[in-house]
This record gives sequence, structure tokens and C-alpha cells, in this order.
Amino acid sequence: MSAKPRGGLAALAPFLWLGVFFLFPFFLVAKLSLSDTALAMPPYAPRVDWSAGSEGVRAFFAALDFETYARLTSDSLYIASYLSSLRFAAVATGMLLIIGYPIAYGMSRFPPAQRQALLMAVILPFWTSFLIRVYAWIAVLKPQGLLNAALAQIGLGPLNLLNTDTAVYIGLVYAYLPFMVLPLYAVLEKQDQSQLEAAADLGCTPSQAFWRVTFPLSLPGVAAGALLCFIPMVGEFVIPDLLGGSGTLMLGKTIWAEFFANRDWPAASAVAIVLLATLVIPILLYQRQQQKMIEAAQ
Amino acid sequence: MKAPSAFNRVSVAAGLAFLYLPIILLVIYSFNASRLVTVWGGFSTKWYGALLQDDQLLDAIGVTLRVGLISATLATVLGVLAAVALVRSGRFKGRLLFSGMVFAPLVMPEVVLGLSLLLLFVAVGLPRGFWTVTVSHATVTLCYATVVIQARLVSFDKALEEAARDLGCTPVQAFFAVTLPNIAPAVAAAWMLAFTLSLDDLVIASFTSGPGATTLPMRIYSQVRLGVSPEINAVSTLLIGLVATGVIGVYLVQQRRARVADLGAG
Repeated sequence: MSAKPRGGLAALAPFLWLGVFFLFPFFLVAKLSLSDTALAMPPYAPRVDWSAGSEGVRAFFAALDFETYARLTSDSLYIASYLSSLRFAAVATGMLLIIGYPIAYGMSRFPPAQRQALLMAVILPFWTSFLIRVYAWIAVLKPQGLLNAALAQIGLGPLNLLNTDTAVYIGLVYAYLPFMVLPLYAVLEKQDQSQLEAAADLGCTPSQAFWRVTFPLSLPGVAAGALLCFIPMVGEFVIPDLLGGSGTLMLGKTIWAEFFANRDWPAASAVAIVLLATLVIPILLYQRQQQKMIEAAQ
Repeated sequence: MKAPSAFNRVSVAAGLAFLYLPIILLVIYSFNASRLVTVWGGFSTKWYGALLQDDQLLDAIGVTLRVGLISATLATVLGVLAAVALVRSGRFKGRLLFSGMVFAPLVMPEVVLGLSLLLLFVAVGLPRGFWTVTVSHATVTLCYATVVIQARLVSFDKALEEAARDLGCTPVQAFFAVTLPNIAPAVAAAWMLAFTLSLDDLVIASFTSGPGATTLPMRIYSQVRLGVSPEINAVSTLLIGLVATGVIGVYLVQQRRARVADLGAG
């Protein structure tokens, strides 16, 4: 064994890169969220006065305050958009599970050669531009769009879906469906069929066998899929912006508006920190899940 | 094994229809002579012709391709190193922080990543433009590249590498002579994934780009906000066609290689 740890020497370049371009910027966001609002452009007070040595550093920290956060909690718009983000993500995750599970389960019942092609068919849209896939729905959902034209053919409608919360749900479910189906499929495909046969031999009906054997064994896939969809959906921007209405509140949209429209950088940073703080627990859960799967593979 | 039931077939078919119908409609309507979505005015390629006259759009395509090529290459090189470190190096100081940094951007909201990178460039006084987008894309796609390469490296037989070491290779030689050729398909897949993600990104580019470096998604976005337009349908169709050809091509090559390997083993 050459298992003498090679000190993670290979890690050096990516480590430095991520430190500079990923970790350090987060301290900047945190710092800015504690800074005072100034209109127009940065730099924002306070800045570290390095020439004053430790005194300057102390003065820097003393000048930081939670004023921006206080402003966020006192404004009902921020609270509403926070709660609405969580609601959108949670409901859409539930819908994805209900829609994605039968698809993943159905795929896993096909013969292996066909399974490969089906897998490919589910992955392919993921490679296609997210923006374009969301945009495609505008033509379907808009008042003079394809859905209403089809409904008119059978004497129904019209439905006003574009720029509503319903359109946001459709967009979320559509865009994240591959992220739900793939982890579910990964666990369902590996399941040992003889376990189901054993359950049948012991007198289970197919539906009992499903709920007592297949479903409990697929729970790691359910957890992975739910986290993989829920986490990015909370901060989603493109879908609520293009398919939602002016009343559709989501944190991703709020950050974007604070930054680009209101030019209030500290507020945008504070909302970003709140968003991250909310996602820390789901992200850690997801990482543990991934680590477990990697270890299981090794 | 039992054949898939009718319920299985229907759920898979409905799922695929849901995934593909909007895209197929978009492709069909890019050939619509009429500007209206619901009116079919006959087959026409005039919107594709219009693209060639749109200098701003062509410029955006050029920027996007250059950003994609450079950032994907950076991300893949760093991704190989990161994957090797995670799979081969066992425990090292800062491993937890390292793996955290590698996996976190995968699930981090893009808006937050974009904002934080922008603040970095502002803090160091770097003017925003081509290079800031490129570096930002490399940072985000590096994580995806690492995951793809890591998955292959985990299943790669370490004994081959050790045999090379026993035959007198240095670790670096063994890596280039044995490991790299074996994980090459995953490296190629990682590069393609990084390239596609860069091609696709709107949010991070919007934060980190500056004047003169408008990417294609930024251009599409500013037009989409004004409503559905046949020109956007046409450029989307081209993009979808390009990506689909690439992905299906890689898939077929891998299928054939797998079949050859099966024959060899049998």
C-alpha cells in the first residue's frame, strides 16, 4: 500500500481557488449586511483602517451593527417574501415527490437496455438551457397561448395562468423534475426483486409489498431528491421572475430587486445571509447524505 | 423479472411528455412564418435568417462561447485535482472544510453566489467584464466537474496505480500514465457539463458581468421580459439542437465502448 497520505497536495490549487472565490466572498456578504446603508455606490462604511493597527480593526467591528436586519424584520414585505419562498419550495417539493415517484418507479421496471435510454431521456432536458425551458412555458401559458388555444378547441377556458402563483408551481415542478426522478431511480433500480417475491410468498398483495418493502427501502432516495429540489428552489429567481406576477414574492427575486433596482447592497446582502442561514440545515443534511452514499460506494 | 405494467408505462410516458412537450412546441414554432404564437402561418426559416443580421446577438454568442471554453477548461483541471484529493488523499488537514467548499456551491442559491462574487470583484477593485464572468463560472462549475470525476475515480481500481508505482513511476507519472487515461471519459463528461452550465447561466453572469461582456442568456433574458418572440425561439432551437447533439453523441460513444468492453470480457 502506498497509503502514506500524500498530504492532499492535489487539493492545494482547488483549495486556494475556492478559498478566494467562494469562502472569502461570503465574509464580504456578511460584512456588507452589517454595514450602514448608503445610496449610490460602495465602498460602504465602515472600512478597516489598517494603518491604525489593532485599534483600527476594533473600530471596524464596533461600527458594524444589525441595523439592516432590524429593517428587514420590521418590513412586512421581507417577512412575507421569506415565508412565501419556503411555502413555494415546500409545496413544489411535495408535488415533485408525488409526480416523480411513479416515473422513477416505472423506469426501474423496464429491462436494463431500455432503462439506459429512459435515463438518458430524463437527463437530456437537464442539459438544455434552464432559461429556455422556463421561457417555453410562457408561450404555453400566456392568455393567447397554446394552452388556451387547445382548451378553446374542446370548449373550455380561457385560463389566466401566466403571472400567477400556479404558473410558478408549474415552472418549479417542470424545471426540477429530473432532480427528483434521478435520485429516486438510483435507489429503486438497485432494489432486489427477490425481496418483493418473498413478500408475495408471505401473502402480501402487490400494494402491501410496495408500502412495506419498496417504499421504506427507497427513503434515502426520497430524502436526497427532496433536499436536492427544496434547497435551490427556496432561492430560485428565474422561474418566479418570468412566470410569476408582481405579487409573487420569493427571496431570490427580492435579492435581485434590492441589488439591481433599488441599489441597496446592504439589504441585498442581509437577505442573502438570511437565505443562507435558512438553508444551512438542509445543506448539511444533504452533504451528510452524499458522504454516506460515497462511503457506501467505496 | 416481470415486464413493466400498464401503470408503469403510462407514468413514464406521461413524465416524458411533460418534460418534452414545451421544448418541442418551442422548436416547432421557431419555424412559424407568423409572429403570433397560436397562428400557424406556414413553414419558414426567416427567423433564423434574422438572427444573422442581429449583431448584438452574434456578439453575445461569441462572448458566451469564449467564457464557456475557458471556464470549463479551468473548472475541469481544478476539478481533477479536487477529485484526486478527495478520493486518494485520505485524511488531511482541512479536509472537512475542503469537501464543504466543493459541495456547497452545488446547492447554494445562484443569487447568493452571484452577489458574493460581485462583492469580491468590487472589494479588490477589479472592473467587471469578460474575465470576472469567466472566473465566476469556473468557480461554480468546478464543483460539478469534481462530482463527476470523483464518481469515476471511486470505482477505479487503485491497484493499477499501485502497480505503476511498483514499476518505478513517481506518483505524478503514475497519475498521467495510468489514472488519467482511465478516468478520461469522466473528465470529458465533466468538461461538457461545465461548458453547458456556463452556456446556460443567467444569474451569476448578470451579477459579475460588465459592459461589453453581455452573454447570450443575458441577451435572451432582456428580450424574454418583453414577451415571446420568434427570434428567441430560433436561437433557443439552435442552442437546444447543439446541446442535444453533443449529449446524445457522447452517450452513443459510451454505449458502444461499453458493448465492446462487454464483448472483450465475454
